[in-house]
Amino acid sequence: MRPFTFERPTSITAATQSASQLGAKFIAGGTNLLDLMKVDVERPTNLVDISALPLRDFGATAEGGLRIGALVSNTDIASDERVRTRYPVLAQALLNGASGQLRNQATAGGNLLQRTRCPYFYDVFMPCNKRQPGSGCSAIGGYSRLHAILGASRDCIAVHPSDMAVALNVLKAEIEVHAPSGVVRTLPISSLHRLPEETPDHDTTLAPGELITAIILPPPPAGRQAYRKVRDRASFDFAVVSVAAVLEVAGGTVRDVRLALGGVAHKPWQPHAAERELVGSPASTDFFLAAGQAAVAGARPQPANEFKVTLAERLIARTLTDLAATGG
Amino acid sequence: MTHSSPSPSAITRRLLGFASIMAAVFGRELQAQTKAPAAMPETRPAPPVTKLTTRLTVNGKLQELTLDPRTTLLDALRDHLALTGSKKGCDHGQCGACTVLVNGVRMNSCLSLLAMRSGDEIVTIEGLAEGETLHPLQHAFWKRDGLQCGFCTPGQICSAVGMLKEIEHGVPSAVMTSVAAMPSINASEVRERMSGNICRCSAYPNIVAAILDTQQGRAG
Repeated sequence: MRPFTFERPTSITAATQSASQLGAKFIAGGTNLLDLMKVDVERPTNLVDISALPLRDFGATAEGGLRIGALVSNTDIASDERVRTRYPVLAQALLNGASGQLRNQATAGGNLLQRTRCPYFYDVFMPCNKRQPGSGCSAIGGYSRLHAILGASRDCIAVHPSDMAVALNVLKAEIEVHAPSGVVRTLPISSLHRLPEETPDHDTTLAPGELITAIILPPPPAGRQAYRKVRDRASFDFAVVSVAAVLEVAGGTVRDVRLALGGVAHKPWQPHAAERELVGSPASTDFFLAAGQAAVAGARPQPANEFKVTLAERLIARTLTDLAATGG
Repeated sequence: MTHSSPSPSAITRRLLGFASIMAAVFGRELQAQTKAPAAMPETRPAPPVTKLTTRLTVNGKLQELTLDPRTTLLDALRDHLALTGSKKGCDHGQCGACTVLVNGVRMNSCLSLLAMRSGDEIVTIEGLAEGETLHPLQHAFWKRDGLQCGFCTPGQICSAVGMLKEIEHGVPSAVMTSVAAMPSINASEVRERMSGNICRCSAYPNIVAAILDTQQGRAG
């Protein structure tokens, strides 16, 4: 690890102002940042520890939703009675990620800001546009089994690793952000992460020094929710492909459906055309499979990950079939 | 072979095996118990940064350490407090050998800076036994032979202590049919919840058995 200075501010303003300086980084749980500092991928010169900030609130909103402070741990979100009964897709996504130890340490805000696990991003001896803009992408034409099939660019085919972010997309969560200027804004989770385009070094749309202070869940959508994840081992691994789904069925017909895919793109992928196509259709496996095919119709896989296209189609079909069978 | 009396070398092997098991579950060498821990030398020259002072409680004892901000909790425990029970396996949060309890909750000490733990209460494998009386999980690991080389054992035991407390507090898991239900203690729950602790000797069946042993007689 390279040398850095360390501070633990007690006000959000002080924290955001410190973090807006060149070379500064926020640290909360530290599970991803310290890992990356040890392999020399992240090289902050000043760490702004936000653990003393008042961001552990976890309560109901006036609108009937939930507000989750950025410092609430992944375990505490997944264990919350209101999350487990009203937002089960969020609890399932969190419990299907990382290990018990990591979930205890990792925070809500940090989960959203974790960086890709692309092996070339981690290997400082290999070109990587995300780590070093302009150096090239080693994954294109290299080991690309776990990389993007949708929304990738000529500069980057990395995928976003968060399970929680995928679930938050179907829940239409809002992200509260404090800027160093003192301005507070909220943005939909779907606008937080971005596609790589020509600047894959930017994972999110946040400006320097901007701090995620809370995740705001609107009241839960009608219908049933599920998170299903395919990974290379049964526990403690990142998604090969995952799906978050909300399905509302009335009289055997799909009344509403929301889908988001993980492990396929630089951000949680929302196949809105497939959702629209499915509304009004019979709630049966044939139509769910058609929706799955529509969801990845624009896929441009690498030679090593063509299987992800079929996997995503079937994962959507299977998840929706199960949801319909449980009374979606 | 008609007699079962072991040869002297077999006895030696068994005694050595016993010593290493005790070292693994206690988290320290048996011989080291009477000696005051010697301060470990710095492994690299002092960096051009300001050292930070961190006060925290480790195994019930207040500690004050003034160290390079880069020092992880794991390195502070091992290299500066001579608590070498917590192990550095991968140093990246993947193996769980460094697992300790932070304010009663299991965490990977390799992925935490000491400076981030100011004011916290840390319990390591060395802090689990009551004098020479093993913690029930330490006893169960010894009894069930829940290890081979013993390197991962302190992390496994600390993780199991935290894991059982999580179940008690109703923390759900990915293998539950419904996340809204109350969790129970069974082999599949233990396997899922202990997936952050790798054992390269693959002592998993005995580790699971040891953990379940401590739950005998409890509702589950």
